[in-house]
Amino acid sequence: MPSLKDLKNRIASVKSTRKITKAMQMVAAAKLRRAQDAAEAARPYTERFNAVMAGLAAGTAGSPAAPALLAGTGRDQVHMLVVMTSERGLCGAFNSSIARMARVEAQRLLAAGKTVRILTVGKKGRDALRRDLGQYFVAHVDLSAERRLGYTVGQRIARDLIARYEAGEFDVATIFFNRFQSVISQVPTTRQVIPATFEDTGASANYDYEPGEEAILADLLPRGVATQIFSALLENAASEQGARMSAMDNATRNAGDMIDRLTIQYNRSRQAAITKELIEIISGAEAV
Amino acid sequence: MADTLQFDLVSPERRLSSVTAREVQIPGTDGDLTAMAGHVPTITTLRPGILRVVHTGGTEDFVVSGGFAEITATNVSVLAEQALPRAQVTADVHARMVAEAREAVTAAQATGDTTRVDEAAKALADIESIGLR
Repeated sequence: MPSLKDLKNRIASVKSTRKITKAMQMVAAAKLRRAQDAAEAARPYTERFNAVMAGLAAGTAGSPAAPALLAGTGRDQVHMLVVMTSERGLCGAFNSSIARMARVEAQRLLAAGKTVRILTVGKKGRDALRRDLGQYFVAHVDLSAERRLGYTVGQRIARDLIARYEAGEFDVATIFFNRFQSVISQVPTTRQVIPATFEDTGASANYDYEPGEEAILADLLPRGVATQIFSALLENAASEQGARMSAMDNATRNAGDMIDRLTIQYNRSRQAAITKELIEIISGAEAV
Repeated sequence: MADTLQFDLVSPERRLSSVTAREVQIPGTDGDLTAMAGHVPTITTLRPGILRVVHTGGTEDFVVSGGFAEITATNVSVLAEQALPRAQVTADVHARMVAEAREAVTAAQATGDTTRVDEAAKALADIESIGLR
């Protein structure tokens, strides 16, 4: 049975925890709004880009002159998994759900006799995968220094990936990230970025291309990879804040429940002590 | 037939402009072109340069680099990798752009790939010329 003093300390400590989680929730809410705005602002670009690329890609698909970024290397042996997670924890299942999906995929590929390489973006994913898959790590991108997620970050990752691709380090690259559905729901998603895939909207008009179709394709494909990575990064950032917000909301609520429980226990034992003292006094008086 | 077209300028980070324009002057890779209503559907890549939009309220200039423009009879969408209103390109910003382009040239020279060096040098020249206007 904890003493009254112990209980009191316990209550005080849970109260300060609640203050912290509450503050973190509010910070996450503010950041979420910003991240959502950024994701929203990027959408028109991505959509238009993909529409044009789909038209272009459909035109050149199958032609022998199609660039390697689109046509692939013709092999399917070495897979590059780009695992995007956050730099910070305390955001519920956000990181572990991506890590789990990447792990399952890596194991599936390994079982099929493929070679797996892993590029991690964000510290938490790296930590989560290090134990099982550490030997497959090839590179890591640290985002902790980025105060605002700009397009240049996506560009940098894309350049690195393309350089590795051109050097023949891998045949297929897939990115793993959380798609932002709502504050309480983030969907772990995979998307193949190299060779590039575009959803065919079927709405390609007959365009004049200047310079030629292939020159444009060669110019735009690397940008396409960067755009896809950038939009995944933005989705991920919004998801992270959403996940953190709901995780911290839960934590705040749990702390509140715990405080209520502890307070009842505290009051009961205080009452019990008073009753005990009264009994002692009364029985003492009767004995006289 | 209407003599205006819908103009949109978007960068990966935000939408910069969306207006009804009379004409749009685009710095294409193969040369400048002006899009007006009824233009043949065209897709062109951009070189670093100045994009000028003429609409009823006057003209607007943007500095763009990289990306492409999609022109149809009624629409012009410019998807630029970097885009800023002309007024926001101060000497500092321009100096930074030039410095970046210089770095790209140096990097290209290191690879020894002559086409790449040429392309980077051209981009540098394009960026430098923006400031001189």
